[in-house]
Amino acid sequence: MLRIYLINALLLALSTLLVLFSGAASSQATDSSRAYTIGSKNFNENYILGEIISQLLEDSGFTVDRNFGMSGTMVIYEALRTGEVDAYVEYSGTLAEVIFPGEGDSTPAELNQHLQSEGIEALQSFGFNNTYALAMKRDRAVDLGVETVSELAAQENIDLGFSVEFLNRADGWLGLIENYGFTQQAIGMDHGLAYQAIDAGTIDATDAYSTDGDLELFDLIILRDDLNFFPQYYAVPLIHQNLDPQVKNILRQLEGRIDEERMRDLNGRVMLDGKSFAEVASEFLTEEKLFTQTTSAVTGSSIWSNIYQNTLVHLQLTIIALSLGCLVGLPLGVIIYRSKKLSRGMLYVAGLMQTIPSLALLALFIPIFGIGKTPAIIALFLYSLLPILRSTITALLTIDPILKRAAEAIGMTRFQQLRFVLVPLALPNVLSGVKTAAIISIGTATLAAFIGAGGLGEPIVTGLALNNTDLILQGAIPAACLAIITEMLFDALERALVKPHMLVGQLPS
Amino acid sequence: MANSCIKYEVVTKSYGKKIIIKELSLDIPADITTAIVGESGSGKSTLLQMANGLVIPEKGQVSIFSKPINKVSIREQRLKIGYSVQGAGLFPHLSVLHNVTLMARLLDWADDAIQSRFEYLLDLFELDPELSPRYPYSLSGGQQQRVSLCRAMMLNPPLLLLDEPFSALDPVTREIIHSEFLRLQAIESRTTVLVTHDMGEAMKLAQQVIVLYEGRIEQQGSVEDIQNNPASDYVETLFRVGGN
Repeated sequence: MLRIYLINALLLALSTLLVLFSGAASSQATDSSRAYTIGSKNFNENYILGEIISQLLEDSGFTVDRNFGMSGTMVIYEALRTGEVDAYVEYSGTLAEVIFPGEGDSTPAELNQHLQSEGIEALQSFGFNNTYALAMKRDRAVDLGVETVSELAAQENIDLGFSVEFLNRADGWLGLIENYGFTQQAIGMDHGLAYQAIDAGTIDATDAYSTDGDLELFDLIILRDDLNFFPQYYAVPLIHQNLDPQVKNILRQLEGRIDEERMRDLNGRVMLDGKSFAEVASEFLTEEKLFTQTTSAVTGSSIWSNIYQNTLVHLQLTIIALSLGCLVGLPLGVIIYRSKKLSRGMLYVAGLMQTIPSLALLALFIPIFGIGKTPAIIALFLYSLLPILRSTITALLTIDPILKRAAEAIGMTRFQQLRFVLVPLALPNVLSGVKTAAIISIGTATLAAFIGAGGLGEPIVTGLALNNTDLILQGAIPAACLAIITEMLFDALERALVKPHMLVGQLPS
Repeated sequence: MANSCIKYEVVTKSYGKKIIIKELSLDIPADITTAIVGESGSGKSTLLQMANGLVIPEKGQVSIFSKPINKVSIREQRLKIGYSVQGAGLFPHLSVLHNVTLMARLLDWADDAIQSRFEYLLDLFELDPELSPRYPYSLSGGQQQRVSLCRAMMLNPPLLLLDEPFSALDPVTREIIHSEFLRLQAIESRTTVLVTHDMGEAMKLAQQVIVLYEGRIEQQGSVEDIQNNPASDYVETLFRVGGN
């Protein structure tokens, strides 16, 4: 009967963990009236600007939660609208095109009018315009005598390569053809690869952002948009309307502080000099004498504390999702395994869930659950259901019918049959199903960073944005270690709960 | 004849379109061993499982100890019915001790009562007490079947249902267990129903024999009756193939 006690102890431990973690999560939620959550998109410049805002607020004594690296405008805008994020930096052109499509060029006043209906306010711009631009190698441009986009359009033998998004945007290549009369063919390629291609001379021009930090690195110049075709992308802090007026005043100090050259320089410090966002933001605020307290200069938090924090969040996401998966999947399997129709139906639904790409599922959840940990946990929970449910149903179905008959015939109640015969016999298979679910969850949880849930995906997402392998590894290696440790823990658990002779036909340990 | 222990009243059971038991009525007397003999598919196992509610007939009524069986009451009644099947049906995750004593523990028997009954049964079936912490996989087929009989007898049930318990054993082991079984019958008289395809075994262990053919009773009578006056070619065939 020792094993029965162990199972009970395990269930107790699991539920305690669940309570602890959900307690931690909810206390975070209630404390957020004191702390401000600053968001950022997942590219270099937006991280720096998010960090500048965060440090400025911290300097004034506010607590800041950083919810950085969110993927896509809709994700982060939705987060702001629902109050999960209090402020982030958006671009005027993006607001006009993506959030209010078909409105054309809008003045800040017009935009603000639209935003107000959503409970959002746009502050004055930082001062720079990070617009689309066409970039060429300096010497190639001099050779051809090209300084403006019109002059480029007039060239006959040039090769053009654009990022796929630019190629298909009305304010990108499509609009360029219409306004400048380009007749040349253009090919689509990854933005990072385009810079290498232009460096190698394979293509002559590509799309760029006017504040790209690495324009200088590749010795690229920006062609003047002589017909003023590209929309303006002024960076503006977007804040939640009912934010403390004091916060608004603090952020107003940033108005007009950064021009294009300054932003290129700040971007370059990260992209080229390898500094952290926090360091660059701190340098900027020091240079601008915006820090009121001399003590708050940031040198960047240590790698280890970052890894530790991210791992904790990652574990929190995985353990809550997995516990929910067990709480739902195990009893559900026990209830429905006798009915072939129900089992098949449920496995079909759970399998269908598995085929939805994780990013798509996360994106679908945004309108329902918002961003952050909740939708991430729900998605991970849904992914864990299939392996748990399948292994439970299979394990129960494959128990020798003679044993089931014997258990019933000696006079056990339904519950006793389940507890003393069916569950122990199903345990090895169920455990391996839960183990599979746990390992899938650890892997999939890295994607949760795209919707601001944090975890080990955060350095991976940031690393991808910066093309920084070190950062990617800071997420990938701990995630891999977690997966291995999980495997070992489950093996140990199996050894504790299951007699060796019950593991016939399973992997030798 | 003695009191009836199991009473079948016009019972019918089918799986899908195949009728297994056809409007069968039967009284199984108390205190003696009755053998139900028939070829595979004759419905003998189904008939036995109706007696402890594992199989519920579509039509008709089965009563044990003069009480009709229904899904609710059968749970209590099963505690008065020992059951052992071919291949022993021991729980692989439980030791010999826990296999045999599981139900007594669940019924909150006192520890010393459990222990003494367990030791008595081991002794009865000539099982080494050192086997008690072992798991079924490490026992021989004969030992497993004996442990299975111990489990069936643990609660000292007035009724014992045996579903081909000796069929998978080698002839020597079977011979030994047969004699243990006969000794047990001599010590404690109880109603026993033995399902077997082996007429020789039935002759040896039972006082009454029921021959089943395609879901109905082909012949019923004492061992001598059946032997001396086989009612059909089928019964005769059973003697020929099962006659050791």
